[in-house]
Amino acid sequence: MERRIRVLVAKPGLDGHDRGAKVIARALRDDGMEVVYTGLRQTPEQIVSAALQEDVDVIALSILSGAHNHLFPRVTQLLANRGASDVLVIGGGVIPEEDYDYLKTKGVAAVFGPGTSTKTTIEFIRSHLRGRQTVAQGLASGR
Amino acid sequence: MDDTEGLKKAAETWEAGVESTLARHPERSAGFVTGSKMPVKRLYTPLDAGGEYGKKLGFPGEYPYTRGVQSTMYRGRFWTMRQYAGFGNAEESNRRYKYLLDQGQTGLSIAFDLPTQIGYDSDHPLAAGEVGKVGVAVDSLADMEILFDGIPLDKVSTSMTINAPAAILLAMYVAVAEKQGVPPSALNGTIQNDILKEYVARGTYIFPPAPSMRLITDIFAWCAKEVPNWNTISISGYHIREAGSTAVQEVAFTLADGIAYVDAAKRVGLDVDDFAPRLSFFFNAHNDLFEEVAKYRAARRVWAKIMKDRFGAKNPKSLMLRFHTQTGGSTLTAQQPENNVIRVTIQALAAVLGGTQSLHTNSRDEALALPTEESVRIALRTQQIVAYESGVAETIDPLAGSYYVESLTDAIEKEVLAYIERIDKLGGSVKAIEQGFIQQEVQDAAYAHQLDVEKGERVIVGLNKFTVKEGPPKGLLRVDPEVGRSQVEKLAALRARRDGERVRKALASLEAAARDDSSGGDNNLMPPILEAVRSYASLGEICDVLRSVFGEYRPSSMF
Repeated sequence: MERRIRVLVAKPGLDGHDRGAKVIARALRDDGMEVVYTGLRQTPEQIVSAALQEDVDVIALSILSGAHNHLFPRVTQLLANRGASDVLVIGGGVIPEEDYDYLKTKGVAAVFGPGTSTKTTIEFIRSHLRGRQTVAQGLASGR
Repeated sequence: MDDTEGLKKAAETWEAGVESTLARHPERSAGFVTGSKMPVKRLYTPLDAGGEYGKKLGFPGEYPYTRGVQSTMYRGRFWTMRQYAGFGNAEESNRRYKYLLDQGQTGLSIAFDLPTQIGYDSDHPLAAGEVGKVGVAVDSLADMEILFDGIPLDKVSTSMTINAPAAILLAMYVAVAEKQGVPPSALNGTIQNDILKEYVARGTYIFPPAPSMRLITDIFAWCAKEVPNWNTISISGYHIREAGSTAVQEVAFTLADGIAYVDAAKRVGLDVDDFAPRLSFFFNAHNDLFEEVAKYRAARRVWAKIMKDRFGAKNPKSLMLRFHTQTGGSTLTAQQPENNVIRVTIQALAAVLGGTQSLHTNSRDEALALPTEESVRIALRTQQIVAYESGVAETIDPLAGSYYVESLTDAIEKEVLAYIERIDKLGGSVKAIEQGFIQQEVQDAAYAHQLDVEKGERVIVGLNKFTVKEGPPKGLLRVDPEVGRSQVEKLAALRARRDGERVRKALASLEAAARDDSSGGDNNLMPPILEAVRSYASLGEICDVLRSVFGEYRPSSMF
């Protein structure tokens, strides 16, 4: 049986706005993914530990405080340090579009702004992981 | 009664006539609902808005205050126009406040950054990247002195959005006033100080519920004697609504929190009429104009009855629900942001038609970033146009008597009372929050709303209908990233120059008072907090003392 996609929805930083995080967590779960939500005020270290412990495929970061340029790259850096750069990192919240490119250069695969349909996020995750699985399966069968 | 019977018959005949034409001319929807999904009928008549005028509505300034808390309302003076603002450091925010006062704003509303709201100094590791971002950074009395430099505190009323460390920021405000030669008795303003909704919706809690409630009742008791014109709490539905609740839930959960605060204060021996006149409220304004107006009217009526019947309050001021309104941040779209000006206009109208005491109108760019000065000016002008040009402020409660609005007011009251009864059965608001009941109700409503939007059942102009291709927005406000560094340097300099011995002593007496949790004694935390603030102990140092005694609240990760 196909392994269900595992997602960590995480709130880095100090802001308490988690309506979006909870809505996306629920939408991913309703779509058949296994979802863990960290709760508020998580440090990048806590988020990466939780991600490795839960063996997730995706980390979905939600932030509305404006500290994204500081906190998102720390998450991707810590993942790299621990040899887990294959974890898909995506972000959402109140993030100016002009910051998207910077975050992408830091390893954040996509940023979803206010008004994004949960379907868009779901499709992004699925298509991204599908591509990756195909490669992995290809490698496995070639062995 | 013949009249009623006659009307009933006529209405039935009319409905039957309409039904017969529906096959040829169907309506836009099979079932119409308000923004909060309350059913809306085709037509409202006197049959829907019955009841005794005196009992249900009464006169403005009189029980049950459905029509307003003052006898002249906006004919006396307009609501206070109060834009929530603050970012970067104290110098920058001080400039924005002076600009707003110059533009005709009539009260200040201070936004603090997240480290300040959670009781961390700017040099705390968790503050990295957050300093000055969503509000102004205040580490000590020294910052507060700069923040209000040149603003006479006996002339302006100031609202501070501060909760877990509210006692400390209030003490700082009082200390700044002292330095200006203004006695505490001359101060006007509000601290939000509403911890219960932080657990539910806003997230800037520090301590667990029990010591948090003690801090709150200590503030009630101290202010009743020392700062008699201060609004000691702003019991807030705003953030509950932003988190996704319906209008009914917003009122129900807010009033349930209000009941919990009154209960807590009574338990420590305060007389209800000593503190209740200083309780104030804070509500949201969303787009469904009539539902929002009905919501405020219902809230006033329900609270008056609760205070009278449940708590036996005698002072009329204890029965009056006075409230601040902010337009709905979550209703703003990042898409075609100019459209937000129109949304804010409708919401501002709702607040004014609902009898608000003060109003913040959101800026068009708030789904994208903190507002620019130009956006804030348009938002303030929106209120001024409603006040000076629309005519809605010239008579009191102008929508009263509308069959629809009265019917909605009654319906909201009924549903609010049902929720309060459920919460009572769970053991009150604190227990209901600990059990996750309120959070779950709000989350369910938020998710249902999201699904409605995605299915197109709820139209949001520019988002799921009437969309256009647009480039990235231009001219957004960016907070100078240097603020964090300069704030850390300022704090280090302060620590070096202050009287270290005085700070140590002040923090030690604060700790002793915090450890003494007997009620009714002389262990009120406000005097030692005030002394600590005067000694230039930092916010983080004071909160650390309290954390060591009270512990910290552990959030839930339920969704």
